[in-house]
Amino acid sequence: MIDPVLFQVAADPFPNGIARYAIGGLIVGLGCAVFYIGTAIPAGASTFLESTLSYVSEQSRFRQYISSRDWRLVFTLGIVLGAAGYALVFQQGTWTTDVHPWRLALGGLLVGIGTRVGKGCTSGHGICGVGSRSGTSIVAVLTFLVVAIVTAQIVAALGVTP
Amino acid sequence: MADRHPLFMPLVLFGGVLFGFGLAYSHMARPEVVLDFLQFDDFGLAFVMLGAAVVAGLATVVAPRLFDEAPITGDRYERRLKPFDRNVLVGGTIFGVGWGLSGVCPGAGYASLGIGNLPILWALAGMFVGAYLQGYWRSRSPKK
Repeated sequence: MIDPVLFQVAADPFPNGIARYAIGGLIVGLGCAVFYIGTAIPAGASTFLESTLSYVSEQSRFRQYISSRDWRLVFTLGIVLGAAGYALVFQQGTWTTDVHPWRLALGGLLVGIGTRVGKGCTSGHGICGVGSRSGTSIVAVLTFLVVAIVTAQIVAALGVTP
Repeated sequence: MADRHPLFMPLVLFGGVLFGFGLAYSHMARPEVVLDFLQFDDFGLAFVMLGAAVVAGLATVVAPRLFDEAPITGDRYERRLKPFDRNVLVGGTIFGVGWGLSGVCPGAGYASLGIGNLPILWALAGMFVGAYLQGYWRSRSPKK
């Protein structure tokens, strides 16, 4: 017997349309672009984790980011403010997730380890790296995308919602 | 960094604001939307990454034609490619498990806080702990 949900998915791969996603993506890319054109620095979001830890930790691994930690803090503050601007203008109020805290915390832990071991995240590799046609970044993106899809499918199949 | 261009920080902030606004606008700052994508319920999210990569990629082509060096930092537009090694695969796999489990990645996580999602602090705390753990290990490993 064929799962009727499969037909539904095949019939409507974009239940929320694509405008929201495409426009949002272009704005994200624009943020990276103005930053890169002005500074020649490719923007990444995950180095902030290590660079900020250099304020409170003496681990030698974090020391290499001391010279960039102040602007990475400002960049991240900008991300929070920009999203808050969206919330004020379009969202009319706060939004909160129903995903279980244990999923967020454990997932975050693995993301924190993985992004630093793997030299980048969805922005550093996925946007700037892929944008500059870096072979390393393309392999990185394919790796975490496939693993994330498999993981999410398994978690959903186990009946964990949301 | 006393000799930094006075517009350096404002530009960094502006770039971050656009970045965060775009993540919120695309709803990628919502873990549910990312999980819907990974579960093949809504493929729209592909347009976020694709659109952003195309625009960022255009910048790497356009920038060297506009300026000889970056106006704010005076740096040259070089391709600073990250070397490929086993860590890219190992780290990418660990990242993928975490992303698939939570629906949160670093940039979208910061943006999620901006849209008022306080439970995302669990994920952000996890990221800092994870980044600290790998720093702790690697600061002690003979090969950096």
